[in-house]
Amino acid sequence: MTEKAQQGKIIRISGPVIEADKMRGAKMYDVVRVGDKNLIGEIIRLNADIATIQVYEDTSGLKPGEKVISTGMPLSVELGPGLLTNIYDGIQRPLPAIYKQTGDFISRGVEAAALDRKKKWHFRPVSKIGDTVTGCDVIGEVQETSIINHKIIVPPDISGKIKRINSEGDYTVEDTIAVVTTDKGDAKLQMMQKWPVRKPRPVAKKYDPSLPLITGQRVLDTFFPVAKGGTAAIPGGFGTGKTVALHQVAKWSDAKVVVYVGCGERGNEMTDVLREFPELEDPLTGEPLMNRTVLIANTSNMPVAARDASVYTGITIAEYYRDMGYDVALMADSTSRLAEAMREISGRLEEMPGEEGYPAYLASRLAEFYERAGRVKVLGSKDKEGSVSVIGAVSPPGGDFSEPVAQNTLRIVKVFWALDADLADKRHFPSVNWLKSYSLHLAEISDWWKNQIGKDWLKLRNKAMALLQKESELQEIIKLVGPDALPPKERAILEAARMIREDFLQQSAFHEVDTYCSEKKQYEMLRIMLKFFDKILQSVEKNVHIDDIISLKSREDIARMKTVSNKEFEERFKEIEKGFEKELDALIKGGK
Amino acid sequence: MYNKDIEYTTVSEVAGPLIIVEGVKDVAYNEVVKIKTSTGEIRTGQVLETFTDKAVVQVFEGTRGLDTHKTSVRFIGETMKLGVSKDILGRVFDGTSNPIDDAPQIIPEERRDINGNPINPYSREYPREFIQTGISTIDGLNTLVRGQKLPIFSGSGLPHNELAAQIARQAKVLGKEEKFAVVFCAMGITSEEANLFIRDFENTGALDRTVMFLNLADDPTIERIILPRMALTCAEYLAFDLNMHVLVILTDLTNYAEALREIAAAREEVPGRRGYPGYMYTDLATIYERAGRIKGKKGSITQIPMLTMPDDDITHPIPDLTGYITEGQIVLERGLHKKDIYPPIAVLPCLSRLMDRGIGEGRTRADHAGVSNQLYASYSEGCDLRDLVAIVGEDALSDRDKSYLKFADEFEKRFVSQDSHEDRSIEQTLTIGWELFSILPQSELKKIDEKFIKQYLPKKT
Repeated sequence: MTEKAQQGKIIRISGPVIEADKMRGAKMYDVVRVGDKNLIGEIIRLNADIATIQVYEDTSGLKPGEKVISTGMPLSVELGPGLLTNIYDGIQRPLPAIYKQTGDFISRGVEAAALDRKKKWHFRPVSKIGDTVTGCDVIGEVQETSIINHKIIVPPDISGKIKRINSEGDYTVEDTIAVVTTDKGDAKLQMMQKWPVRKPRPVAKKYDPSLPLITGQRVLDTFFPVAKGGTAAIPGGFGTGKTVALHQVAKWSDAKVVVYVGCGERGNEMTDVLREFPELEDPLTGEPLMNRTVLIANTSNMPVAARDASVYTGITIAEYYRDMGYDVALMADSTSRLAEAMREISGRLEEMPGEEGYPAYLASRLAEFYERAGRVKVLGSKDKEGSVSVIGAVSPPGGDFSEPVAQNTLRIVKVFWALDADLADKRHFPSVNWLKSYSLHLAEISDWWKNQIGKDWLKLRNKAMALLQKESELQEIIKLVGPDALPPKERAILEAARMIREDFLQQSAFHEVDTYCSEKKQYEMLRIMLKFFDKILQSVEKNVHIDDIISLKSREDIARMKTVSNKEFEERFKEIEKGFEKELDALIKGGK
Repeated sequence: MYNKDIEYTTVSEVAGPLIIVEGVKDVAYNEVVKIKTSTGEIRTGQVLETFTDKAVVQVFEGTRGLDTHKTSVRFIGETMKLGVSKDILGRVFDGTSNPIDDAPQIIPEERRDINGNPINPYSREYPREFIQTGISTIDGLNTLVRGQKLPIFSGSGLPHNELAAQIARQAKVLGKEEKFAVVFCAMGITSEEANLFIRDFENTGALDRTVMFLNLADDPTIERIILPRMALTCAEYLAFDLNMHVLVILTDLTNYAEALREIAAAREEVPGRRGYPGYMYTDLATIYERAGRIKGKKGSITQIPMLTMPDDDITHPIPDLTGYITEGQIVLERGLHKKDIYPPIAVLPCLSRLMDRGIGEGRTRADHAGVSNQLYASYSEGCDLRDLVAIVGEDALSDRDKSYLKFADEFEKRFVSQDSHEDRSIEQTLTIGWELFSILPQSELKKIDEKFIKQYLPKKT
């Protein structure tokens, strides 16, 4: 920052990539201001005097000869109170502020501070003069929203003794609230800190995941759970429900803070979140969901260079809340657009292409990004734990998972939710294919389920999986011989698998009750269905015809279990359980 | 420092649709270029890449007849603009925005950059006003709402033009008598196809609410790159300045993508899938994302883009990338067309992403969502069973399965199939749905709330 700002001139413009000369001294990944309109860009290659720059805004009308000024700083985000409930573009400019400046359409060269400089926040100190603090120690608190108590933490690179700290009161993010005496002199702390987006915030230690991230989605929680601090990929062709699935996780997961990055996707999807989240209640606190959410929007028609910035901006914000000791979930929709942006820029740089035109560094970039997830011991003198879970959508061309982005993602992530176009066509949602998907977190988190919900959780889950597996084998046989030719026991298996598919795996995101299913309810539903299956087996052994079982009243009751409200389900489920036992017993007695 | 009167005669290379001009100064990226051929003809181009002393220019009307000797080039100092005014309604333009309807040039109130600016997602209003198209498969199962972009994926020889014309003819918002203004943008379609639309607009009296941008099959290909952008600039003006509800019909996006590929190839860019440029997703998004509603504005832009899937392949990059951007898709199927079913809409791969929030009580009818889900589930089950029957024969099926087979057949005959001039109300559509449900055992209707079953399911006699 002390160095003289470099000023050069544009010598070439090709779409979002420009070249400038006389840039010797500028550093890789420094942010630059381009042209008379002051567009924002980032240096992505240096060659002697010439810097290649990707510009985060539309370059139409830019001319060779216009100036390029380096700011000497890497692309950074502002971290502090005011992030929650806000919606930002890819380089952390708040969209509401852009709206105030330029109206309904986003024009270029807009300057807007990420955090409101004028707003006063009520700061309450929790440390005092003389305390020794290190990076990420909490020195004060701000009630940022009704849900989140924003901890004011010491920036990771500062440690020392508190020389001065403000008393409780209202301050802006720029006011000095404390002074820390460090080895290198006094450091003034504000409620706001800056952090370069491409550099992961340091942690003390990474733990293995052990707690599930409960999403309220049956197929995810029960069959393919993701852990807090884990990584999941959700690939699927268009129309398979990636976005709805991500929205569902953003809405109902038990993370404390949610960062939702819309990367190269539809504008209306962000609008949908903006419209819906303030109205939805967090099932844990009853407060509006928006109060724990940060949105980053780089929609498909916004400049392509800011795609990759949007994801890094998102994850840096997520890490910041993690450093306060919160569980954070980040959704990126979609990482394929990020990869495509890399490909486009790489093409303009005339780099040697790797697979399908993607740059050779695609795999390492994706790995770097996902590796920023994790359950960690936060820096600082206290034992604090926090986590960042990352869930990335992948949009493979033609729905074909063999393409480079999906494959490179699968090499890194631990949980794979494969969405299936055939299921989506049948309106089986979420269209998670149970035979292709997997979760490597299952072993780590099954203890939690056993202790909290039910001892036989893993057994039930595996039994249901086995049924589904068996069903797909039987389907092959049916294709040859027809369903009638199967023995009664096999037909009972088919019936049970069908029940699990239709009445457990399928879940409507748009039904007021079914949209969220508590852990306990998930467990009970599965338990009852499997019990029903055992009972059918018993019945068919006693020569009850399977068609009589299918048309039972209690079969329909089971199908409607998902719409029994989360409050009343325990009682109602008991009735259902008794109901089918009675009906089946009657059938057995009737002895057909 | 800028002198737009300079004429450069320094064209050093002509290659495909591109020319390279040397020795130039201060040429802006995306700037419009006027090119004078040796015979005095004026053509238009646009700067694709600019250096301190050199510019790469794409020529919209093609490079035939250009030379490196006498061709002169003038950079006009601004990006491509479209003049707009109230008088634009009812007019017909060619690919470079010149009127071709024998009426005088319009006097623009304003000249707008055809690339537009992205709508701020914060300013968007979520689209949820039901548009009744009178077509059961759309209204009932893949509901269109105001401000949506819903493409038609078709194949060569399928009646997508008839379908689009029918939508344009019948589209209305219930309870409001406002008519849609139509912006019709033809990219590389035949004059016969264009005439079908023009005739239809004439017959329904829609012509004076219509603006047409025509680039027909024998017009210069590269113009197709700018044509949809002009059409959408016009649509934005009508919707957000004049408060009109605008229906934009873009046809055929496949021709657009071909033009895009042609330029990419001429620039020797690294090709992506099937030779289409890697940035085709972003490029298509800058077209499709210009649909929508804006908070506090009365007007809206609803887009019906049409494309022909090469070889009916939905995984081809053009439909594939489109599907990732648009809010659903209507897919036409050759099999249904061969069975003489009009409109041949293959229900299963169709989707409307904005449907869920556009239907229900107060918008269409309370049972709409349930009916739609049940129709989908039952029809898909019926289709699965059809495959099975082909192998094991119908006798091997249970009564329940047989009822599904019958359901699937009847569904296609009564629900999907309708006349090209039949304008069904949403009530009629739902009623047909309920009639079809009576084919199935009642216990199979698990997707619909019990109270609606009681209310609507026809009593069996």
